[in-house]
Amino acid sequence: MVNLAYLVAAVCFILSLGGLSAPSSARRGNLFGIVGMAIALIATLPNTRALGPFVPAIIAGGTIGALLAQRVAMTAMPELVAILHSFVGLAAVLVGLTGYLHAPTGTLDTLRVIHLAECFLGVIIGSLTFTGSVVAFGKLKELIGSKPLVFPFRHGVNAFLALLTLACLAWFIATQAALPLYLATVIFGLLGVLLVMGIGGADMPVVVSMLNSYSGWAASATGFLLGNDLLIIVGALVGSSGAILSYIMCKAMNRSFVSVILGGFGAVASGPDDRAEVFSQKGVNRCGAEDVAEMLKASKNVVVVPGYGMAVAQAQHTVRELTELLQKGGVNVRFAIHPVAGRLPGHMNVLLAEANIPYDIVLEMDEINGDFVETDVVLVLGANDIVNPDALENPKSQLAGMPVLEVWKAQAVVAVKRSLKPGFAGIDNPLYYRDNTMMLFGDARKMVEAIVGAVKGTVSH
Amino acid sequence: MDAFLQHLTVFVLACFVGYQVVWKVTPALHTPLMSVTNAISGIILVGAMLSIETSPTSLVSILAAVAIFVAAINVAGGFLVTQRMLSMFRKK
Repeated sequence: MVNLAYLVAAVCFILSLGGLSAPSSARRGNLFGIVGMAIALIATLPNTRALGPFVPAIIAGGTIGALLAQRVAMTAMPELVAILHSFVGLAAVLVGLTGYLHAPTGTLDTLRVIHLAECFLGVIIGSLTFTGSVVAFGKLKELIGSKPLVFPFRHGVNAFLALLTLACLAWFIATQAALPLYLATVIFGLLGVLLVMGIGGADMPVVVSMLNSYSGWAASATGFLLGNDLLIIVGALVGSSGAILSYIMCKAMNRSFVSVILGGFGAVASGPDDRAEVFSQKGVNRCGAEDVAEMLKASKNVVVVPGYGMAVAQAQHTVRELTELLQKGGVNVRFAIHPVAGRLPGHMNVLLAEANIPYDIVLEMDEINGDFVETDVVLVLGANDIVNPDALENPKSQLAGMPVLEVWKAQAVVAVKRSLKPGFAGIDNPLYYRDNTMMLFGDARKMVEAIVGAVKGTVSH
Repeated sequence: MDAFLQHLTVFVLACFVGYQVVWKVTPALHTPLMSVTNAISGIILVGAMLSIETSPTSLVSILAAVAIFVAAINVAGGFLVTQRMLSMFRKK
């Protein structure tokens, strides 16, 4: 009977992920998830040996979770996701430990060896997920610097720690003593810290996706330990989801997964650009908010390219106002999203949705890249590396090969930027020196407000 | 050994199902995908419930209760924040 309920719950969870294939079915998908969870918990209640520890723990946790969900700002979603990963990791460590402590000794047959190994695996994956996610949270919240921590023999130290863990596993299975299990927990926890500390701020979307994946594998390992198929299935779903997201993010940055994990990216500054002199002689085309307003009003097709800078400046609501104004004037306004535009996969879509920008005018890179040729004006807001033509045109660039939004193919590009300072990766962007590019220097929100004011001023009479 | 192989079968098949389903998720909803997987990985709560011993104050029971506490944050927080995000996605 319990197993039947678990089967129904597993199907519900698959449907909850399936629902996310389109925004129209997504809310129903989430409801499936909630129903699945309710079924699983209710079915497990009769097999819970004491309700004393269960009731207060679930009420307290549920309340805190609900409060977090209600209060979190959409710009802070990466932090919330990271800290939630750490909780799964911690739970996996605790459940793994109970699996051992419940019966610390036994006849050492094949079954027992498998049991001990599962215990060990669940605990160490959980430990790495826990500490790694806490560090990721600290980096996202800027409690820890975003620069990668690079120290001599880093890979050697990591390899040594991994070997030490293997030794602990052998020791644990041979003696069934608690000490090697605890030691390995600490070692893998340390490894989690070093792993995430070594990864630069620009790679955070990959790290968070990777920890998403690990939290799934940790749940699966716990499922093996308890012989519980529901945990195994859910863990596998979450694990593959995180793995696919990591892959998509790596591809969008043209980085190999291994090089992200080995870390250190962003630590070495690129050498001086030999075109710097040419650029500084040529200079950029500056323009004012009024000029931009005129250009936008005279356009048929406008594409807005938002970057994380737009979110930092909290400009998305003003951008919506501008969009509506232009739409009233008959201009076709659309948004182009690069997969790594935010700090989390899909982050920018959520930020635009929050500002009431309808999702049917928000397009993915592959959907819109072909349309730039027919676009009159592209408005680049706080984005930099994702619109860098060097990615396609300069094989020597650090960005070479990275898929980018080909905005320079439009009639005109307006880039709103604080200064000409290079972006996150510290790479020059020749886009700003092109003949069809105009620079509007200033804070993204103030500049968009000025454009809105200028459009209104001329529309009203 | 048979039991282990049976679980391994379930695991491998579930990985394939996950692979198929997740590739179909639209990139616009990748953040809700992460938060909903946060929520459902709170299923580890079930594991913690099954670990509780008859004595509610034994070390094992206390560890399990802590696990239930943190996993419950995931379940409630994950589903509710997903709902909150998804309700923002509107068509024109």
